[in-house]
Amino acid sequence: MIAILIRRIASLIITLLVVSLLIFVVMDLLPGDPASVMLGTSASPETLAALQKQLGLDQPLPVRYLAWLAGVFRGDLGQSYTYGVPVAGLMAERLAVTLPLALMAVVMSVGLAIPLGVAAARRRNGVVDHLIGLVSYIGIAVPAFWVGLLLIIAFSTMLGWMPAGGFPGWDAGVFEGLKALVLPAVALALPQAGVLTRVARTAVIEVMGEDFVRTARAKGLSESLAVWRHAVPNALVPVVTMLGMQFTFLIAGAVLVENVFNLPGLGRLAYQALSQRDLIVMQDVVLFFAALVIVVNFLVDLAYLAIDPRLRTAV
Amino acid sequence: MKKLFSRPVLIIGFLVTLALVAVALASLVWTPLPPAKMNILHKLQPPLGFGLLGTDQFGRDVASMLMVGAWNSLSTAVLAVALGASAGTAVGVIVAMRRGWLELVTMRFCDIIFAVPPILSAMMLGAFIGSGRLTAVAAIAVFMVPVFARLTLSAARQIWTRDYVMAAIGMGRSKATITLVHILPNISGQIIVQVTIQLGLAILTEAGLSFLGLGMPPPAPTWGRMLADAQTFLGQAPWLALLPGLAIALAVLGFNMLGDGLRDLLDPKSQA
Repeated sequence: MIAILIRRIASLIITLLVVSLLIFVVMDLLPGDPASVMLGTSASPETLAALQKQLGLDQPLPVRYLAWLAGVFRGDLGQSYTYGVPVAGLMAERLAVTLPLALMAVVMSVGLAIPLGVAAARRRNGVVDHLIGLVSYIGIAVPAFWVGLLLIIAFSTMLGWMPAGGFPGWDAGVFEGLKALVLPAVALALPQAGVLTRVARTAVIEVMGEDFVRTARAKGLSESLAVWRHAVPNALVPVVTMLGMQFTFLIAGAVLVENVFNLPGLGRLAYQALSQRDLIVMQDVVLFFAALVIVVNFLVDLAYLAIDPRLRTAV
Repeated sequence: MKKLFSRPVLIIGFLVTLALVAVALASLVWTPLPPAKMNILHKLQPPLGFGLLGTDQFGRDVASMLMVGAWNSLSTAVLAVALGASAGTAVGVIVAMRRGWLELVTMRFCDIIFAVPPILSAMMLGAFIGSGRLTAVAAIAVFMVPVFARLTLSAARQIWTRDYVMAAIGMGRSKATITLVHILPNISGQIIVQVTIQLGLAILTEAGLSFLGLGMPPPAPTWGRMLADAQTFLGQAPWLALLPGLAIALAVLGFNMLGDGLRDLLDPKSQA
Protein backbone atom coordinates (compact mmCIF):
# COMPACT_ATOMS: atom_id res chain seq x y z
CA MET A 1 0.00 0.00 0.00
CA ILE A 2 2.77 2.47 0.96
CA ALA A 3 4.78 1.51 -2.14
CA ILE A 4 1.79 2.13 -4.37
CA LEU A 5 1.17 5.45 -2.68
CA ILE A 6 4.77 6.57 -3.22
CA ARG A 7 4.62 5.56 -6.87
CA ARG A 8 1.36 7.39 -7.39
CA ILE A 9 2.70 10.55 -5.77
CA ALA A 10 5.90 10.41 -7.83
CA SER A 11 3.84 10.01 -10.98
CA LEU A 12 1.64 12.94 -9.90
CA ILE A 13 4.67 15.19 -9.43
CA ILE A 14 6.10 14.23 -12.83
CA THR A 15 2.73 14.84 -14.48
CA LEU A 16 2.45 18.28 -12.89
CA LEU A 17 5.97 19.18 -14.01
CA VAL A 18 5.20 18.08 -17.56
CA VAL A 19 1.99 20.15 -17.51
CA SER A 20 3.87 23.24 -16.44
CA LEU A 21 6.55 22.67 -19.09
CA LEU A 22 3.93 22.05 -21.76
CA ILE A 23 1.97 25.20 -20.97
CA PHE A 24 5.17 27.23 -20.90
CA VAL A 25 6.45 25.82 -24.20
CA VAL A 26 3.08 26.21 -25.95
CA MET A 27 2.89 29.85 -24.91
CA ASP A 28 6.43 30.23 -26.21
CA LEU A 29 5.88 28.40 -29.49
CA LEU A 30 2.77 30.32 -30.47
CA PRO A 31 3.54 32.94 -33.09
CA GLY A 32 4.16 36.41 -31.71
CA ASP A 33 6.40 37.53 -28.90
CA PRO A 34 4.63 38.02 -25.54
CA ALA A 35 5.94 41.55 -25.09
CA SER A 36 4.55 42.73 -28.42
CA VAL A 37 1.29 40.82 -27.83
CA MET A 38 0.91 42.57 -24.48
CA LEU A 39 1.78 46.05 -25.75
CA GLY A 40 -0.17 45.90 -29.00
CA THR A 41 0.97 47.28 -32.34
CA SER A 42 1.39 50.92 -31.36
CA ALA A 43 4.26 50.41 -28.90
CA SER A 44 7.59 52.12 -29.49
CA PRO A 45 10.69 49.91 -29.89
CA GLU A 46 12.10 51.25 -26.59
CA THR A 47 9.00 50.27 -24.57
CA LEU A 48 9.04 46.89 -26.29
CA ALA A 49 12.69 46.29 -25.43
CA ALA A 50 12.08 47.42 -21.83
CA LEU A 51 9.17 45.02 -21.38
CA GLN A 52 11.11 42.20 -23.02
CA LYS A 53 13.87 42.75 -20.49
CA GLN A 54 11.39 42.99 -17.60
CA LEU A 55 9.77 39.71 -18.67
CA GLY A 56 13.21 38.15 -19.08
CA LEU A 57 12.53 37.39 -22.73
CA ASP A 58 16.18 38.05 -23.57
CA GLN A 59 17.02 34.83 -21.68
CA PRO A 60 16.91 31.39 -23.33
CA LEU A 61 13.79 29.24 -22.85
CA PRO A 62 15.13 26.74 -20.26
CA VAL A 63 16.37 29.58 -18.05
CA ARG A 64 13.01 31.34 -18.23
CA TYR A 65 11.12 28.13 -17.52
CA LEU A 66 13.22 27.28 -14.48
CA ALA A 67 12.93 30.83 -13.18
CA TRP A 68 9.13 30.69 -13.55
CA LEU A 69 8.98 27.24 -11.95
CA ALA A 70 11.16 28.32 -9.04
CA GLY A 71 8.83 31.27 -8.61
CA VAL A 72 5.78 29.00 -8.59
CA PHE A 73 7.33 26.94 -5.78
CA ARG A 74 8.01 30.07 -3.75
CA GLY A 75 4.42 31.20 -4.31
CA ASP A 76 5.65 33.96 -6.60
CA LEU A 77 3.61 33.71 -9.80
CA GLY A 78 4.96 36.90 -11.29
CA GLN A 79 3.57 40.40 -11.57
CA SER A 80 0.30 41.10 -13.38
CA TYR A 81 0.98 43.38 -16.31
CA THR A 82 -2.33 45.27 -16.19
CA TYR A 83 -3.07 45.27 -12.45
CA GLY A 84 0.53 45.85 -11.38
CA VAL A 85 0.12 43.48 -8.41
CA PRO A 86 1.48 39.96 -7.73
CA VAL A 87 -0.53 37.34 -9.64
CA ALA A 88 -0.61 35.03 -6.61
CA GLY A 89 -2.57 37.57 -4.54
CA LEU A 90 -4.90 38.28 -7.44
CA MET A 91 -5.61 34.58 -7.91
CA ALA A 92 -6.17 33.98 -4.19
CA GLU A 93 -8.75 36.77 -4.18
CA ARG A 94 -10.56 35.29 -7.19
CA LEU A 95 -10.34 31.74 -5.85
CA ALA A 96 -12.43 32.89 -2.88
CA VAL A 97 -15.31 33.14 -5.38
CA THR A 98 -14.61 30.23 -7.73
CA LEU A 99 -13.96 27.61 -5.04
CA PRO A 100 -17.23 28.12 -3.09
CA LEU A 101 -19.07 28.28 -6.43
CA ALA A 102 -17.62 24.96 -7.60
CA LEU A 103 -18.22 23.30 -4.22
CA MET A 104 -21.83 24.46 -4.11
CA ALA A 105 -22.34 23.15 -7.64
CA VAL A 106 -20.82 19.76 -6.77
CA VAL A 107 -22.94 19.42 -3.61
CA MET A 108 -26.11 20.42 -5.48
CA SER A 109 -25.46 18.08 -8.41
CA VAL A 110 -24.72 15.08 -6.19
CA GLY A 111 -27.65 15.97 -3.94
CA LEU A 112 -29.94 15.91 -6.97
CA ALA A 113 -28.38 12.98 -8.78
CA ILE A 114 -28.37 10.37 -5.99
CA PRO A 115 -32.09 10.56 -5.07
CA LEU A 116 -33.09 10.80 -8.74
CA GLY A 117 -30.81 7.92 -9.72
CA VAL A 118 -32.13 5.76 -6.87
CA ALA A 119 -35.75 6.60 -7.69
CA ALA A 120 -35.19 5.70 -11.34
CA ALA A 121 -33.36 2.47 -10.47
CA ARG A 122 -36.07 1.31 -8.07
CA ARG A 123 -38.80 1.78 -10.65
CA ARG A 124 -36.71 0.51 -13.52
CA ASN A 125 -38.43 0.91 -16.91
CA GLY A 126 -41.47 2.47 -15.20
CA VAL A 127 -42.91 5.90 -15.87
CA VAL A 128 -40.73 7.55 -13.21
CA ASP A 129 -37.60 5.98 -14.69
CA HIS A 130 -38.41 7.20 -18.19
CA LEU A 131 -39.28 10.67 -16.93
CA ILE A 132 -36.04 10.98 -14.97
CA GLY A 133 -34.17 9.59 -17.98
CA LEU A 134 -35.66 12.27 -20.22
CA VAL A 135 -34.89 15.06 -17.74
CA SER A 136 -31.27 13.95 -17.37
CA TYR A 137 -30.92 13.69 -21.16
CA ILE A 138 -32.04 17.30 -21.44
CA GLY A 139 -29.80 18.29 -18.52
CA ILE A 140 -26.74 16.94 -20.31
CA ALA A 141 -27.60 18.80 -23.51
CA VAL A 142 -28.20 22.29 -22.13
CA PRO A 143 -25.21 24.64 -21.86
CA ALA A 144 -24.64 25.81 -18.27
CA PHE A 145 -24.28 29.43 -19.37
CA TRP A 146 -27.69 29.30 -21.07
CA VAL A 147 -29.26 27.87 -17.89
CA GLY A 148 -27.67 30.88 -16.20
CA LEU A 149 -29.38 33.28 -18.60
CA LEU A 150 -32.73 31.54 -18.08
CA LEU A 151 -32.32 31.73 -14.30
CA ILE A 152 -31.59 35.47 -14.56
CA ILE A 153 -34.72 35.97 -16.68
CA ALA A 154 -36.87 33.98 -14.24
CA PHE A 155 -35.52 34.96 -10.83
CA SER A 156 -34.11 38.46 -11.44
CA THR A 157 -35.95 40.20 -14.26
CA MET A 158 -39.36 38.58 -13.76
CA LEU A 159 -39.57 37.72 -10.06
CA GLY A 160 -36.91 40.06 -8.73
CA TRP A 161 -35.90 37.57 -5.99
CA MET A 162 -32.23 37.28 -6.82
CA PRO A 163 -29.48 39.59 -8.04
CA ALA A 164 -28.88 39.36 -11.82
CA GLY A 165 -25.15 39.14 -11.25
CA GLY A 166 -22.20 40.69 -9.52
CA PHE A 167 -20.67 39.75 -6.19
CA PRO A 168 -20.88 41.91 -3.05
CA GLY A 169 -17.70 40.38 -1.60
CA TRP A 170 -17.44 38.24 1.53
CA ASP A 171 -17.07 41.44 3.58
CA ALA A 172 -20.75 42.08 2.96
CA GLY A 173 -21.54 38.96 4.99
CA VAL A 174 -21.57 35.23 4.34
CA PHE A 175 -25.30 35.23 3.57
CA GLU A 176 -25.05 37.99 0.97
CA GLY A 177 -22.04 36.25 -0.61
CA LEU A 178 -23.76 32.88 -0.77
CA LYS A 179 -26.93 34.47 -2.13
CA ALA A 180 -24.98 35.87 -5.07
CA LEU A 181 -23.57 32.39 -5.77
CA VAL A 182 -26.86 30.42 -5.63
CA LEU A 183 -28.06 31.00 -9.21
CA PRO A 184 -24.62 30.51 -10.78
CA ALA A 185 -24.19 27.30 -8.77
CA VAL A 186 -27.58 25.99 -9.92
CA ALA A 187 -26.64 26.80 -13.54
CA LEU A 188 -23.43 24.80 -13.14
CA ALA A 189 -25.06 21.97 -11.20
CA LEU A 190 -27.99 21.11 -13.50
CA PRO A 191 -25.96 19.83 -16.50
CA GLN A 192 -23.65 17.96 -14.10
CA ALA A 193 -26.64 16.42 -12.33
CA GLY A 194 -27.86 15.09 -15.69
CA VAL A 195 -24.68 13.09 -16.18
CA LEU A 196 -24.45 11.96 -12.56
CA THR A 197 -28.09 10.81 -12.40
CA ARG A 198 -27.52 8.38 -15.25
CA VAL A 199 -24.38 7.03 -13.60
CA ALA A 200 -26.12 6.67 -10.23
CA ARG A 201 -29.07 4.84 -11.80
CA THR A 202 -26.85 2.32 -13.59
CA ALA A 203 -24.73 1.79 -10.48
CA VAL A 204 -27.71 1.21 -8.18
CA ILE A 205 -29.27 -1.25 -10.64
CA GLU A 206 -26.00 -3.17 -10.77
CA VAL A 207 -25.49 -3.27 -7.01
CA MET A 208 -29.11 -4.28 -6.39
CA GLY A 209 -28.44 -7.49 -8.31
CA GLU A 210 -25.43 -8.43 -6.17
CA ASP A 211 -25.50 -11.22 -3.62
CA PHE A 212 -24.99 -9.12 -0.51
CA VAL A 213 -28.01 -6.98 -1.31
CA ARG A 214 -30.10 -10.08 -1.96
CA THR A 215 -28.88 -11.52 1.34
CA ALA A 216 -29.83 -8.31 3.10
CA ARG A 217 -33.30 -8.54 1.57
CA ALA A 218 -33.56 -12.22 2.53
CA LYS A 219 -32.68 -11.30 6.12
CA GLY A 220 -35.88 -9.32 6.09
CA LEU A 221 -34.45 -5.88 5.50
CA SER A 222 -37.01 -3.67 3.81
CA GLU A 223 -36.47 -2.63 0.20
CA SER A 224 -35.84 0.98 1.24
CA LEU A 225 -33.26 0.03 3.87
CA ALA A 226 -31.53 -2.38 1.51
CA VAL A 227 -31.23 0.37 -1.06
CA TRP A 228 -30.02 3.14 1.23
CA ARG A 229 -27.78 1.03 3.46
CA HIS A 230 -26.19 -1.24 0.85
CA ALA A 231 -26.85 -0.14 -2.71
CA VAL A 232 -26.28 3.62 -2.37
CA PRO A 233 -22.90 3.53 -0.61
CA ASN A 234 -21.60 1.17 -3.28
CA ALA A 235 -23.14 3.23 -6.05
CA LEU A 236 -21.20 6.24 -4.78
CA VAL A 237 -17.95 4.86 -6.23
CA PRO A 238 -18.92 5.31 -9.90
CA VAL A 239 -20.58 8.63 -9.07
CA VAL A 240 -17.37 9.95 -7.51
CA THR A 241 -15.37 8.64 -10.49
CA MET A 242 -17.66 10.48 -12.87
CA LEU A 243 -17.39 13.61 -10.76
CA GLY A 244 -13.60 13.44 -11.18
CA MET A 245 -13.89 12.89 -14.93
CA GLN A 246 -16.37 15.74 -15.21
CA PHE A 247 -14.14 18.15 -13.32
CA THR A 248 -12.65 19.57 -16.54
CA PHE A 249 -16.16 20.40 -17.71
CA LEU A 250 -17.06 21.92 -14.36
CA ILE A 251 -14.12 24.32 -14.73
CA ALA A 252 -15.03 25.15 -18.32
CA GLY A 253 -18.60 25.76 -17.17
CA ALA A 254 -17.39 27.97 -14.31
CA VAL A 255 -15.42 30.16 -16.72
CA LEU A 256 -18.60 30.75 -18.73
CA VAL A 257 -21.02 31.05 -15.83
CA GLU A 258 -18.77 33.56 -14.04
CA ASN A 259 -18.92 35.67 -17.17
CA VAL A 260 -22.71 35.40 -17.39
CA PHE A 261 -23.15 36.45 -13.76
CA ASN A 262 -20.28 38.93 -13.76
CA LEU A 263 -18.63 37.13 -10.83
CA PRO A 264 -15.04 38.11 -9.98
CA GLY A 265 -13.75 34.52 -10.07
CA LEU A 266 -10.72 32.83 -11.62
CA GLY A 267 -12.51 32.10 -14.90
CA ARG A 268 -13.44 35.73 -15.33
CA LEU A 269 -9.87 36.67 -14.41
CA ALA A 270 -8.56 34.47 -17.23
CA TYR A 271 -11.06 36.01 -19.64
CA GLN A 272 -10.17 39.55 -18.60
CA ALA A 273 -6.49 38.67 -18.88
CA LEU A 274 -7.14 37.59 -22.45
CA SER A 275 -8.83 40.84 -23.44
CA GLN A 276 -6.11 42.85 -21.68
CA ARG A 277 -3.40 40.59 -23.12
CA ASP A 278 -2.06 39.96 -19.63
CA LEU A 279 -0.27 36.76 -20.63
CA ILE A 280 1.38 36.05 -17.27
CA VAL A 281 -1.98 35.97 -15.52
CA MET A 282 -3.41 33.72 -18.24
CA GLN A 283 -0.49 31.31 -18.07
CA ASP A 284 -0.78 31.06 -14.27
CA VAL A 285 -4.56 30.57 -14.27
CA VAL A 286 -4.40 27.89 -16.97
CA LEU A 287 -1.66 26.09 -15.04
CA PHE A 288 -3.68 26.32 -11.86
CA PHE A 289 -6.84 24.89 -13.45
CA ALA A 290 -4.93 22.08 -15.18
CA ALA A 291 -3.11 21.19 -11.95
CA LEU A 292 -6.44 21.24 -10.10
CA VAL A 293 -8.00 18.76 -12.56
CA ILE A 294 -5.00 16.45 -12.26
CA VAL A 295 -4.89 16.62 -8.46
CA VAL A 296 -8.65 16.00 -8.20
CA ASN A 297 -8.34 12.91 -10.38
CA PHE A 298 -5.37 11.76 -8.31
CA LEU A 299 -7.49 12.07 -5.18
CA VAL A 300 -10.30 10.12 -6.84
CA ASP A 301 -7.77 7.37 -7.60
CA LEU A 302 -6.64 7.38 -3.97
CA ALA A 303 -10.25 7.24 -2.82
CA TYR A 304 -10.60 4.04 -4.85
CA LEU A 305 -7.65 2.46 -3.13
CA ALA A 306 -9.16 3.33 0.22
CA ILE A 307 -12.62 2.04 -0.74
CA ASP A 308 -11.72 -1.06 -2.73
CA PRO A 309 -8.83 -3.16 -1.36
CA ARG A 310 -8.83 -5.32 -4.52
CA LEU A 311 -7.29 -2.46 -6.50
CA ARG A 312 -4.28 -2.19 -4.17
CA THR A 313 -2.49 -5.06 -5.84
CA ALA A 314 -3.19 -4.07 -9.43
CA VAL A 315 -1.47 -0.89 -10.53
CA MET B 1 -37.88 -2.53 -39.58
CA LYS B 2 -39.97 -3.53 -36.59
CA LYS B 3 -36.76 -3.78 -34.60
CA LEU B 4 -35.90 -0.24 -35.60
CA PHE B 5 -39.19 1.16 -34.29
CA SER B 6 -38.58 -0.45 -30.92
CA ARG B 7 -35.67 1.96 -30.51
CA PRO B 8 -37.24 5.38 -29.84
CA VAL B 9 -33.94 6.92 -28.66
CA LEU B 10 -32.21 6.07 -31.91
CA ILE B 11 -35.11 7.29 -34.03
CA ILE B 12 -35.61 10.59 -32.20
CA GLY B 13 -31.85 11.20 -32.22
CA PHE B 14 -31.66 10.44 -35.92
CA LEU B 15 -34.60 12.71 -36.80
CA VAL B 16 -33.34 15.64 -34.72
CA THR B 17 -29.85 15.32 -36.21
CA LEU B 18 -31.29 15.03 -39.70
CA ALA B 19 -33.33 18.19 -39.15
CA LEU B 20 -30.25 20.04 -37.92
CA VAL B 21 -28.19 18.99 -40.93
CA ALA B 22 -31.06 19.88 -43.29
CA VAL B 23 -31.46 23.38 -41.79
CA ALA B 24 -27.69 23.94 -41.86
CA LEU B 25 -27.43 22.90 -45.50
CA ALA B 26 -30.55 24.85 -46.47
CA SER B 27 -29.03 28.03 -45.01
CA LEU B 28 -26.30 27.83 -47.66
CA VAL B 29 -28.81 28.44 -50.44
CA TRP B 30 -31.80 30.09 -48.74
CA THR B 31 -32.73 32.05 -45.63
CA PRO B 32 -35.97 34.04 -45.14
CA LEU B 33 -33.93 37.27 -45.12
CA PRO B 34 -30.20 37.97 -45.49
CA PRO B 35 -28.95 37.21 -41.93
CA ALA B 36 -26.75 40.33 -41.75
CA LYS B 37 -29.42 42.72 -43.08
CA MET B 38 -30.22 45.35 -40.45
CA ASN B 39 -33.64 46.94 -40.17
CA ILE B 40 -33.54 49.34 -37.24
CA LEU B 41 -37.22 50.28 -37.69
CA HIS B 42 -38.16 46.72 -36.78
CA LYS B 43 -35.65 46.06 -34.01
CA LEU B 44 -36.36 43.79 -31.00
CA GLN B 45 -39.63 42.46 -32.42
CA PRO B 46 -41.09 39.37 -30.70
CA PRO B 47 -41.56 36.11 -32.65
CA LEU B 48 -44.26 36.51 -35.33
CA GLY B 49 -44.06 40.29 -34.76
CA PHE B 50 -41.67 40.65 -37.65
CA GLY B 51 -40.45 37.55 -39.43
CA LEU B 52 -41.10 34.10 -38.04
CA LEU B 53 -38.95 34.37 -34.88
CA GLY B 54 -38.69 38.13 -34.43
CA THR B 55 -35.68 40.42 -34.75
CA ASP B 56 -32.59 41.31 -32.69
CA GLN B 57 -31.31 44.72 -31.52
CA PHE B 58 -30.33 45.69 -35.07
CA GLY B 59 -33.55 44.43 -36.62
CA ARG B 60 -31.84 41.37 -38.08
CA ASP B 61 -34.09 38.37 -38.71
CA VAL B 62 -33.59 35.86 -35.89
CA ALA B 63 -34.82 32.86 -37.91
CA SER B 64 -32.26 33.55 -40.65
CA MET B 65 -29.48 34.05 -38.11
CA LEU B 66 -30.36 30.78 -36.37
CA MET B 67 -30.25 28.93 -39.70
CA VAL B 68 -26.81 30.25 -40.62
CA GLY B 69 -25.76 29.69 -37.00
CA ALA B 70 -26.66 26.02 -37.45
CA TRP B 71 -24.26 25.76 -40.38
CA ASN B 72 -21.48 27.65 -38.56
CA SER B 73 -21.87 25.54 -35.46
CA LEU B 74 -22.18 22.20 -37.26
CA SER B 75 -19.32 22.80 -39.68
CA THR B 76 -16.97 23.86 -36.88
CA ALA B 77 -17.95 20.81 -34.82
CA VAL B 78 -17.58 18.38 -37.72
CA LEU B 79 -14.18 19.77 -38.69
CA ALA B 80 -12.91 19.67 -35.09
CA VAL B 81 -14.17 16.15 -34.40
CA ALA B 82 -12.88 14.85 -37.75
CA LEU B 83 -9.40 16.15 -36.94
CA GLY B 84 -9.42 15.08 -33.30
CA ALA B 85 -10.92 11.65 -33.99
CA SER B 86 -8.46 10.81 -36.77
CA ALA B 87 -5.44 11.92 -34.78
CA GLY B 88 -6.68 10.24 -31.58
CA THR B 89 -7.56 6.99 -33.34
CA ALA B 90 -4.17 6.89 -35.07
CA VAL B 91 -2.41 7.39 -31.74
CA GLY B 92 -4.60 4.75 -30.08
CA VAL B 93 -4.04 1.96 -32.62
CA ILE B 94 -0.32 2.66 -32.93
CA VAL B 95 0.16 2.56 -29.17
CA ALA B 96 -1.93 -0.64 -28.96
CA MET B 97 0.43 -2.15 -31.53
CA ARG B 98 3.62 -1.24 -29.65
CA ARG B 99 2.49 -1.17 -25.95
CA GLY B 100 5.26 -0.96 -23.32
CA TRP B 101 6.58 2.42 -22.17
CA LEU B 102 4.94 4.14 -25.15
CA GLU B 103 1.55 3.24 -23.69
CA LEU B 104 2.49 4.63 -20.31
CA VAL B 105 3.78 7.91 -21.73
CA THR B 106 0.81 8.32 -24.06
CA MET B 107 -1.70 7.76 -21.29
CA ARG B 108 -0.02 10.35 -19.08
CA PHE B 109 -0.01 12.80 -21.99
CA CYS B 110 -3.70 12.14 -22.52
CA ASP B 111 -4.36 12.95 -18.85
CA ILE B 112 -2.47 16.20 -19.25
CA ILE B 113 -4.21 17.36 -22.43
CA PHE B 114 -7.57 16.35 -20.97
CA ALA B 115 -6.84 18.54 -17.95
CA VAL B 116 -6.94 21.72 -20.04
CA PRO B 117 -10.53 22.37 -21.17
CA PRO B 118 -10.92 23.75 -24.72
CA ILE B 119 -12.12 27.08 -23.32
CA LEU B 120 -8.73 27.66 -21.73
CA SER B 121 -6.67 26.44 -24.68
CA ALA B 122 -8.78 28.62 -26.96
CA MET B 123 -7.93 31.58 -24.74
CA MET B 124 -4.21 30.81 -24.98
CA LEU B 125 -4.47 30.37 -28.74
CA GLY B 126 -6.71 33.41 -29.08
CA ALA B 127 -4.19 35.67 -27.37
CA PHE B 128 -1.63 34.91 -30.04
CA ILE B 129 -3.36 34.03 -33.29
CA GLY B 130 -6.60 35.87 -32.60
CA SER B 131 -10.04 34.37 -32.22
CA GLY B 132 -11.85 32.81 -35.14
CA ARG B 133 -12.97 29.51 -36.54
CA LEU B 134 -9.38 28.21 -36.70
CA THR B 135 -8.85 28.86 -32.98
CA ALA B 136 -12.14 27.17 -32.09
CA VAL B 137 -11.47 24.14 -34.30
CA ALA B 138 -7.90 23.75 -33.01
CA ALA B 139 -8.91 24.05 -29.34
CA ILE B 140 -11.75 21.51 -29.67
CA ALA B 141 -9.75 19.10 -31.84
CA VAL B 142 -6.80 19.01 -29.44
CA PHE B 143 -9.16 18.14 -26.58
CA MET B 144 -10.70 15.30 -28.65
CA VAL B 145 -7.35 13.60 -29.28
CA PRO B 146 -7.02 12.05 -25.78
CA VAL B 147 -10.71 11.06 -25.80
CA PHE B 148 -10.26 8.99 -28.96
CA ALA B 149 -6.75 7.80 -28.11
CA ARG B 150 -7.98 6.31 -24.80
CA LEU B 151 -11.03 4.73 -26.41
CA THR B 152 -9.20 3.14 -29.35
CA LEU B 153 -6.31 2.00 -27.19
CA SER B 154 -8.51 0.11 -24.75
CA ALA B 155 -10.74 -1.27 -27.51
CA ALA B 156 -7.78 -2.27 -29.69
CA ARG B 157 -5.99 -3.96 -26.77
CA GLN B 158 -8.96 -6.28 -26.37
CA ILE B 159 -8.98 -7.18 -30.06
CA TRP B 160 -5.24 -7.94 -29.98
CA THR B 161 -5.93 -10.83 -27.57
CA ARG B 162 -8.54 -12.50 -29.84
CA ASP B 163 -7.85 -15.87 -31.42
CA TYR B 164 -8.09 -14.67 -35.00
CA VAL B 165 -5.47 -12.01 -34.32
CA MET B 166 -3.25 -14.67 -32.71
CA ALA B 167 -3.73 -16.72 -35.85
CA ALA B 168 -2.77 -13.77 -38.04
CA ILE B 169 0.36 -13.23 -35.94
CA GLY B 170 1.16 -16.93 -36.34
CA MET B 171 0.78 -16.58 -40.09
CA GLY B 172 3.50 -13.96 -40.04
CA ARG B 173 1.32 -10.95 -40.83
CA SER B 174 2.93 -7.64 -39.89
CA LYS B 175 1.48 -5.63 -37.00
CA ALA B 176 0.55 -2.81 -39.35
CA THR B 177 -1.40 -5.18 -41.61
CA ILE B 178 -3.20 -6.73 -38.64
CA THR B 179 -4.11 -3.25 -37.41
CA LEU B 180 -5.61 -2.33 -40.76
CA VAL B 181 -7.31 -5.66 -41.52
CA HIS B 182 -8.47 -6.82 -38.08
CA ILE B 183 -8.18 -4.11 -35.43
CA LEU B 184 -9.68 -1.03 -37.09
CA PRO B 185 -12.74 -2.75 -38.61
CA ASN B 186 -13.54 -4.35 -35.26
CA ILE B 187 -13.38 -1.14 -33.25
CA SER B 188 -15.06 1.06 -35.88
CA GLY B 189 -18.47 0.69 -34.23
CA GLN B 190 -17.21 2.12 -30.96
CA ILE B 191 -15.44 4.93 -32.80
CA ILE B 192 -18.62 5.85 -34.71
CA VAL B 193 -20.62 5.98 -31.47
CA GLN B 194 -17.98 8.17 -29.85
CA VAL B 195 -17.80 10.49 -32.88
CA THR B 196 -21.55 11.05 -32.65
CA ILE B 197 -21.44 11.84 -28.93
CA GLN B 198 -18.39 14.07 -29.29
CA LEU B 199 -20.13 16.03 -32.08
CA GLY B 200 -22.70 17.05 -29.48
CA LEU B 201 -19.96 18.03 -27.06
CA ALA B 202 -18.17 19.99 -29.81
CA ILE B 203 -21.35 21.97 -30.55
CA LEU B 204 -21.69 22.72 -26.84
CA THR B 205 -18.06 23.85 -26.66
CA GLU B 206 -18.28 25.94 -29.83
CA ALA B 207 -21.31 27.70 -28.38
CA GLY B 208 -19.35 28.49 -25.21
CA LEU B 209 -16.38 29.77 -27.20
CA SER B 210 -18.48 32.06 -29.37
CA PHE B 211 -20.38 33.22 -26.28
CA LEU B 212 -17.03 34.49 -24.97
CA GLY B 213 -16.13 35.98 -28.34
CA LEU B 214 -13.56 33.26 -29.07
CA GLY B 215 -15.44 31.78 -32.02
CA MET B 216 -16.17 33.07 -35.51
CA PRO B 217 -15.98 36.89 -35.64
CA PRO B 218 -19.03 39.05 -36.46
CA PRO B 219 -20.99 39.49 -38.66
CA ALA B 220 -21.10 35.68 -39.03
CA PRO B 221 -24.04 34.68 -36.80
CA THR B 222 -23.27 32.00 -34.20
CA TRP B 223 -25.63 30.63 -31.56
CA GLY B 224 -23.16 31.48 -28.83
CA ARG B 225 -22.78 35.13 -29.79
CA MET B 226 -26.53 35.50 -30.27
CA LEU B 227 -26.84 34.51 -26.60
CA ALA B 228 -24.07 36.91 -25.58
CA ASP B 229 -25.84 39.76 -27.43
CA ALA B 230 -29.19 38.77 -25.93
CA GLN B 231 -27.83 39.19 -22.41
CA THR B 232 -28.05 42.99 -22.75
CA PHE B 233 -31.78 42.75 -23.53
CA LEU B 234 -32.97 40.14 -21.03
CA GLY B 235 -35.63 42.47 -19.63
CA GLN B 236 -36.85 43.91 -22.94
CA ALA B 237 -36.59 40.86 -25.19
CA PRO B 238 -36.16 37.64 -23.21
CA TRP B 239 -37.07 35.52 -26.25
CA LEU B 240 -33.74 36.49 -27.82
CA ALA B 241 -32.06 34.46 -25.07
CA LEU B 242 -34.46 31.53 -25.44
CA LEU B 243 -34.19 30.58 -29.10
CA PRO B 244 -30.41 30.16 -29.64
CA GLY B 245 -30.12 28.20 -26.38
CA LEU B 246 -32.98 25.96 -27.44
CA ALA B 247 -31.21 25.39 -30.78
CA ILE B 248 -27.97 24.41 -28.99
CA ALA B 249 -29.78 22.09 -26.57
CA LEU B 250 -31.75 20.40 -29.37
CA ALA B 251 -28.66 19.87 -31.51
CA VAL B 252 -26.70 18.38 -28.60
CA LEU B 253 -29.68 16.27 -27.52
CA GLY B 254 -30.00 14.92 -31.06
CA PHE B 255 -26.37 13.83 -31.27
CA ASN B 256 -26.41 12.34 -27.75
CA MET B 257 -29.55 10.31 -28.44
CA LEU B 258 -28.23 9.20 -31.82
CA GLY B 259 -24.98 8.12 -30.20
CA ASP B 260 -26.72 6.20 -27.41
CA GLY B 261 -29.10 4.63 -29.90
CA LEU B 262 -26.24 3.54 -32.13
CA ARG B 263 -24.40 2.10 -29.14
CA ASP B 264 -27.38 -0.05 -28.19
CA LEU B 265 -27.79 -1.11 -31.82
CA LEU B 266 -24.12 -1.96 -32.43
CA ASP B 267 -23.25 -3.35 -29.01
CA PRO B 268 -26.34 -4.50 -27.09
CA LYS B 269 -24.22 -5.80 -24.20
CA SER B 270 -22.91 -2.41 -23.08
CA GLN B 271 -26.22 -0.70 -22.36
CA ALA B 272 -25.48 2.34 -20.24
